[in-house]
Amino acid sequence: MKLGGVSRVLLIEDDPAVREGLELALSRHGHGVRAVESGEQGLERLRTDLPDVVVLDLMLPGMDGFEVCRRIRAAGEVPIIMLTARGDDIDVVAGLEAGADDYVVKPVRPRVLEARIRAVLRRIGREQAELERHGELTIDRAALVVSRRGVPVGLAPTELRLLLELSGTPGRVHSRQQLLESVWEHDYFGDSRLVDACVQRLRAKIEDDSAAPVYVQTVRGFGYRFGPV
Amino acid sequence: MTPRPSLGLRARLSSAFALLCVVTAAAVAGGIYVQARTAILQRTQDAAVQAMTSRLQTLYPLRNPAPGPAELGEIAGAVTDQYSSAVALYREAHSPVGPPPGRWRPGGNVAFLDPGLIPAGLRRAVAEGEIAWQRVVWRGEPILIIGTPLLITEPDRTTRASGIEVYLARDLSPEQHSIDGLAARAWLTGGAALAFAVVLASLATRGVLRPVRELGRAARLLGEGELRTRIEVRGSDELAEVARTFNDTAAELERHVRQLREMEADARRFVADVSHELRTPLAALAAVADVLDEEAAGLPEPAGRAARLVSQETLSLTVLVNDLIEISRFDSGVAALALNEVDVAELVRATLRARGWSQQVRTELPDAVTARLDPRRVDVILANLVGNALRHGEPPVSVRLRADSHRITLEVRDHGPGLDEAVLPHVFERFYKASAARARSEGSGLGLAIARENARLHRGDLTVANAPEGGAVFTLRLPRRAHDPDGGSE
Repeated sequence: MKLGGVSRVLLIEDDPAVREGLELALSRHGHGVRAVESGEQGLERLRTDLPDVVVLDLMLPGMDGFEVCRRIRAAGEVPIIMLTARGDDIDVVAGLEAGADDYVVKPVRPRVLEARIRAVLRRIGREQAELERHGELTIDRAALVVSRRGVPVGLAPTELRLLLELSGTPGRVHSRQQLLESVWEHDYFGDSRLVDACVQRLRAKIEDDSAAPVYVQTVRGFGYRFGPV
Repeated sequence: MTPRPSLGLRARLSSAFALLCVVTAAAVAGGIYVQARTAILQRTQDAAVQAMTSRLQTLYPLRNPAPGPAELGEIAGAVTDQYSSAVALYREAHSPVGPPPGRWRPGGNVAFLDPGLIPAGLRRAVAEGEIAWQRVVWRGEPILIIGTPLLITEPDRTTRASGIEVYLARDLSPEQHSIDGLAARAWLTGGAALAFAVVLASLATRGVLRPVRELGRAARLLGEGELRTRIEVRGSDELAEVARTFNDTAAELERHVRQLREMEADARRFVADVSHELRTPLAALAAVADVLDEEAAGLPEPAGRAARLVSQETLSLTVLVNDLIEISRFDSGVAALALNEVDVAELVRATLRARGWSQQVRTELPDAVTARLDPRRVDVILANLVGNALRHGEPPVSVRLRADSHRITLEVRDHGPGLDEAVLPHVFERFYKASAARARSEGSGLGLAIARENARLHRGDLTVANAPEGGAVFTLRLPRRAHDPDGGSE
C-alpha cells in the first residue's frame, strides 16, 4: 500500500483508446500507471511491478476479467477496481464475487476513478489500542492484523476496513448506506451490492459457517452488525 | 337492463317454430276433422233414410186411410230396429211410446221417441210432403230424427199424402264416438307436433346459438389480446363460413401484431446496440475530457474555448448514452430493484446534499418514515424532478413527504407559471420537447421518462399537475413495501 507519494496503478484494458485516455488522465493525477492490454500480461506485471491497485476491464479477449480477478485475489490482497459496462448487472455481481473491491461504470470520468482509487488506497488509521478479542477472533488495530484461533487471516483492504468499521461498535446496526459512505467513501446512493458481496467474502474467511454467521450478522431489511459474540 | 341477445334469438326461433307447427297442425287436423265428421254423419243419415223408406215400402198398400193407434203402432214397429225407435202420427193420434213388441232387442241405446221431442220445423216440412231430418240432442246424446209422410197411390197412379207421418229417432252415439275419437286424435297429433316442434326448435337454436356463443367468446378473447384464439369450424354452413372468416381475420391480426412487435423490438434493440457501441469511443473521450477541461485555461484562444466545448459536449453525450442504455434496460425488462429499508427523509436530504441543493429547496420531511425502496432509483427520480424545478420553475422549490400505512407520497413543487395544459400529458414521453425553441443542453430528454419507469418498477407512479395557485407539482407515489420478487438483499 503506497502512502502519500506516487501510487502504482496497473491498468488492464484491451481498447487502446480507452487505455491511453485513462493512462493519460491518471498520470496527470500523479499515479504511476502501467497499462497492459490483456489479462495474461496483467498477471505477469502483477508479479514484477507490485502495483498498489489494479484497474481491470471485465471484457477482455483471451482470459476474461473474472478469471483475472480471481487469480489476482488468489495471489494477494491488492485492491481491485473493475471497469464495467452500464447495464451489465450480472457482470457487477460476478465481478464482486470474484473478489473486486469496487467498480466504476464506463464511460467513466477520470475524476471519479481517481476518487475510487484514493478511497481504496486510503490509509487505515492505526490506533494505539489493546488487542480486541471477539470469541475466537482477535483484532489488532495497531498492526492491522486479524487472527482466527491464533492464525492470521488474509483480508483484502476493503474487507479489513469493513470488519474494523463493524467491530468498532459491536452490536450496533450499520445500514448499507452508512457502510458505503464510511468504508467505500461512496455517496449515500452507492451500490449496496458492494456491501453484500464484501460481507460474503469476509464471512467466508472469518466465520465457521457462512450460512450461520456469528461475527457479521445480517439484520434483515436494515443492514449488518458485529456480534454480539 | 338489456336482455342478452342469445336469449332473444332463442325465444324468437322457438316461438316461430311452435307457431308454425301449431298453425299447420290445426289446419291439417281441423280440415280432416270437419270433412270426416261431415262424411260420417252424411253416410249415417243417408243409410238411415234409406233403411226407413225401404221398410215403409212393406207397409203398402195402406189398409186404412184413417188408422187408429194400434195400426200406427204397427207402422212404427215396421221401421224400428235395434238402433232406432219410431213413432207414427195421424192427426192427433200416435203410436204407443215404448219398446215395441217382437223386434225390440235390448242393448241399443235407443230413445223412445216421444212426439213432443219432434221439432216443430221438422213437422212442418214433413206436413208439406217432404222427407226431412234433423239432429237434436236429447239427454246429452245426439240423435237423428227423420220424418217422412206416408203417401197413398191412387188407382190412377197419382199419389197423395195419407196424413200419416212416421218419425224415426236414430241414435248417433256410435258416430259421435267415432268423431270424438277423431277429434281426440287430432288434438293428440297437434300436441305431439307441438312438443316435437319445441324440441326441434331447441335443437336448431342450440345448433345456431352454440357457434354464435363460441364466436362471441372468441371475439372477446381476441379483444383482450389473446391473439391466438381460434374457433373450431364444424360443417360447411353459413356459421362455419363466419367461423372461418373469424379465424382468418384473427390469424391476419396476429401476424400483423407479431410483425409490429418484432419491428418495435428490432428498433429498441438497435437503440441498445448503438448505445453500447458508442460506449467504448465515449469511454476514451470521457477519459481525456477532464484533461482538456483542466488544460483549457492554459491554452491560447480559440483552442481553449474549443477544448472546453469538447469537454462539455463529451459529458452531455455521456449522459445521453447512459440514459439511452438505462431506458433500453427498462424496455428489455432487465431493470431490477435493489431494495433496502431506508429512512425516506434521510434519503431526500442525501439527494439534495449530494447535488448542493440543500439551501435552495424547502423541505417538509416528517421523521421516522421508513420504506423498502431502491435508494439509487429514488435518488434518480428526485434528482430529476428537483433539477427540473430549479431549472424551469420559479423559486421557492419545495419537496414534501407524506405517508400512510401503505405508501409514501413525495411532492416536488415550484412556483413558476406551471406547465402548458397541452404539454402536461406528454412530459413523460421520451425526447418530448415542449417547444422547438427549447435549448438542447437541458438534459438528455429522457430524464422524466426514466423517472417514471423507475417509479413503475417500484409499482408506484409519477404524475404531474398544475397547482391551483400556480406552479407545477410532480407527485411520486411509492408503496412502502415495494414488490420484491426474490426476497431482495437481506
